[in-house]
Amino acid sequence: MGTVQFTLDGRAVSVEADPNMPLLYALRNDLGYNNPHFGCGLAQCGACTVHLEGQALRSCVTPLASVAGKTVTTLKGLGTPERPHPVQQAYLEEQVPQCGYCVNGWIMTAAAFLAGNPKASEAQIREALAGLKCRCGTHLSILRAIKRAQSLMARGGSAA
Amino acid sequence: MSAAPALSRREFLLASGALVVAASGTWEAARVLAQAGTLPPGPSPEALDSWIAILPDGSAEAFFGKMDMGQGLEVAIAQIVAEELDLAVEHVRVRMGDTATTCNQGGASGSSGVSLGARPLRNAAAEARRILLERAAARLGVPAGELSVANGIVSAGAERARQVSYGELLGGQHFDAHVEWNRAVGNFMDVKGRAQPKPRGQYRLVGTSVPRRDVAGKIFGTSDYVTDVRVPGMLHARMVRPPRAGSTIASVELGSVRNARVVREGEFLAVVAEHEWDAVQAARSLEVQWTPHAGEPFPGSDGLHEHIRGAPVVKREDTVKTGDTAAAFATAARVIEAEYHWPLQSHASMGPACAVADVRAGEATVWTGSQKPHSTRDGVAKLLGLAPEQVRGIWVMGPGSYGRNDAGDAAHDAAYLSKLTGRPVRVQGMRHDGTAWDPKGAACVHRARAALDAHGQVIGYEFISKGLSRVNVMFNESDPRDCLAGQSLGLPLNPGAGLGTPAESYAFAAKLLAWEVVPALLERCSPVRTSHLRDPLGPEVHFGSEQFIDELAVATGKDPIAFRLEYISAPRDAAVVRAAAERSGWQPREPARRARGRVLEGRGIAYAQRGDTVVAVVADIEVYPKDGRIWARRFTVAHDCGLIINPQSLRQTIEGNIVQGLSRTLFEEVRFDRDSVLSVDWASYPILELRDAPESIDIVLIDSADVAPSGAGEPTMRCVPAAVANAFYAATGVRLRRAPLSPERVRAALAHS
Repeated sequence: MGTVQFTLDGRAVSVEADPNMPLLYALRNDLGYNNPHFGCGLAQCGACTVHLEGQALRSCVTPLASVAGKTVTTLKGLGTPERPHPVQQAYLEEQVPQCGYCVNGWIMTAAAFLAGNPKASEAQIREALAGLKCRCGTHLSILRAIKRAQSLMARGGSAA
Repeated sequence: MSAAPALSRREFLLASGALVVAASGTWEAARVLAQAGTLPPGPSPEALDSWIAILPDGSAEAFFGKMDMGQGLEVAIAQIVAEELDLAVEHVRVRMGDTATTCNQGGASGSSGVSLGARPLRNAAAEARRILLERAAARLGVPAGELSVANGIVSAGAERARQVSYGELLGGQHFDAHVEWNRAVGNFMDVKGRAQPKPRGQYRLVGTSVPRRDVAGKIFGTSDYVTDVRVPGMLHARMVRPPRAGSTIASVELGSVRNARVVREGEFLAVVAEHEWDAVQAARSLEVQWTPHAGEPFPGSDGLHEHIRGAPVVKREDTVKTGDTAAAFATAARVIEAEYHWPLQSHASMGPACAVADVRAGEATVWTGSQKPHSTRDGVAKLLGLAPEQVRGIWVMGPGSYGRNDAGDAAHDAAYLSKLTGRPVRVQGMRHDGTAWDPKGAACVHRARAALDAHGQVIGYEFISKGLSRVNVMFNESDPRDCLAGQSLGLPLNPGAGLGTPAESYAFAAKLLAWEVVPALLERCSPVRTSHLRDPLGPEVHFGSEQFIDELAVATGKDPIAFRLEYISAPRDAAVVRAAAERSGWQPREPARRARGRVLEGRGIAYAQRGDTVVAVVADIEVYPKDGRIWARRFTVAHDCGLIINPQSLRQTIEGNIVQGLSRTLFEEVRFDRDSVLSVDWASYPILELRDAPESIDIVLIDSADVAPSGAGEPTMRCVPAAVANAFYAATGVRLRRAPLSPERVRAALAHS
């Protein structure tokens, strides 16, 4: 057991747990952040994605100790209904999710990608989001939403 | 999410603040239920209050015994209820999936959410409006026929001088009214009141694209999944399954886990811990000596279809038998034959299943992602030796649900662990539980042959599907014998035998459609036991039948569209084929291009019925011979599901069908050896990724407003495999008669052509 301190959605948090425990379990069970989901525990699907210092990270395979002193952002920290991130806004307008369990991974990964590549082509988006899974098959809605987010960002929305 | 103990519906409504029930008021549903043993458990279908409630603010709640898996069913039901009640749709809330507050309408099942599920809600809402108008007439002193309603306000006279709201008329009170129940439980449950629902010509909400209400919560991370349910004092559990199928436990080293303990009864084996991470680690570290199965239970996935061909038939059914096929083949000028193979496939839901159970003396509550929580209730009650009335099943959105996946097993596991430990238990699978251990979609071999006369007319046609049963375990979990918990505890087995045949209207003079079922590969606790996977037997069967139709078109020198239209007998079927052809810009087929080393392009069609829904799909694909890749670049869909409730969610449901169907067509096959499933995660059971998603899906919605709505959750999926395979033939001149059309198989097929 050990104590690990980091910044979570702008708030200082402290977790006492096995330092080797994946960050995902700390977020969900110790800190009550439910939106990173367990999908595989193998970094194969993306459902657990958070941002570490702005970069997309699979929390299911990230030891808790490795985020000590760093800044972690979850879907709730990315945007809120009152102040949605452009990707969230676009997801809302396109009504993307079906079951929605994968949505966390796609939004968090796309938000990090678009922050550095706001004008990415569709082909680049398709490659950049490789490794994310959506079992319901909402991929066309996802592509529509990401392109919509690009135009929202171009019109002045923030990417991060 | 916080936990709730088992509540009666009345208590539930009080606790939720949904209804302020007068202290002297009776609770009709509960009272009738207590007195009559012939009624199903839960709210009485014969009470209008079991379906519709009017709240003090004049808004309504609809109690729906099916549930929305994310295809927009919730808002469709709200539209239908609001339509009949003359309320704004935002003033109708739909409560789904709680056995304490909803009648057993069969859960999510067979694309019937609207076609069957909405019927009692529509009738109940119409009856509720009739009663409200009756009360308004008495209150305002005006005949009911002279009243009008808008947004829940009842008005008298042209100037609307006098009016009264639904809230004033009934808000917080019960209707205490009877509706006539058709005695059916499950999908076909229906009720009728004295009121007639609105004629369709008066619809203002039905048929419009009202936005879904479940979207924001999923995007902002504010809505709960079943994985988020936490009950005070609960234990975390992981089930421990045998590494080799059919093995039994010889011994368990109890000291091989830390901060956790082993729970075992018979072959039912789990670890439980106060902390989830401890349970995860304990499941990994637990040392078990297994006694292997006598002999190797499986033929291996590479030998599966040869095994099916040679296996004995335990049940056969001829579903269509017209004319004299034997005579037709005896006199044929030419016989065309082909065989098609479909693999075992996994639900591979986005996350492995999770359930939470709180079992106490004489009562139990189970939170489940199962799409059939009433079945979960019934099965758990049997497992625990309780009456169904003593068990409350609460559906909370799970990590995807496409039929009888691993959710039903998780619910039973959690309930039994709670019983054994005396604590609430949360059980969640690891990835291999969702991929290797979920019930699988049936594998099958299709034998097709056609007799042609000297003019190339089809005079005889046979399509016989032989395969593993679609239901080694039942397609719901209403019996613990159909769950791993019951099977590992030694309950007798409950296998079913059934498969499926093509759903089409080809009017061949002599025609035989039949299915044959072979024995299960392993009877008890099998990781490759079969059950329903989205559109059960739809993609499996039509992959063969709609390719064979194409083969007949080629053999007779006809265009695939023209050939179909020559034999299709149902006008709505012909209409979707024509519509898809027209929208896609279909041209009579050019000779196949077979140049190597560059991209080949081809176009194919498939069509099928599902119930009263008909769909035609045209696929435009690119084939990259070097790496064996197929990119299905563009789809055109013509879809007729009768009256359309919500075009936007219908379109997105069709898109999901295409993409999930494409994934199953191109990538998905459960691999296994002689005793173990080798497809255990996303690396070993790949599904479609964004790079392989189509560029466009062009959808023609045919609104047959005079035809009752007939369902859209699954029909499109069954057309995808053959449409792609037919396009592949058009591109390459090569038939792919075994799914999936994976890169390895494409390369091999092109190398041999």
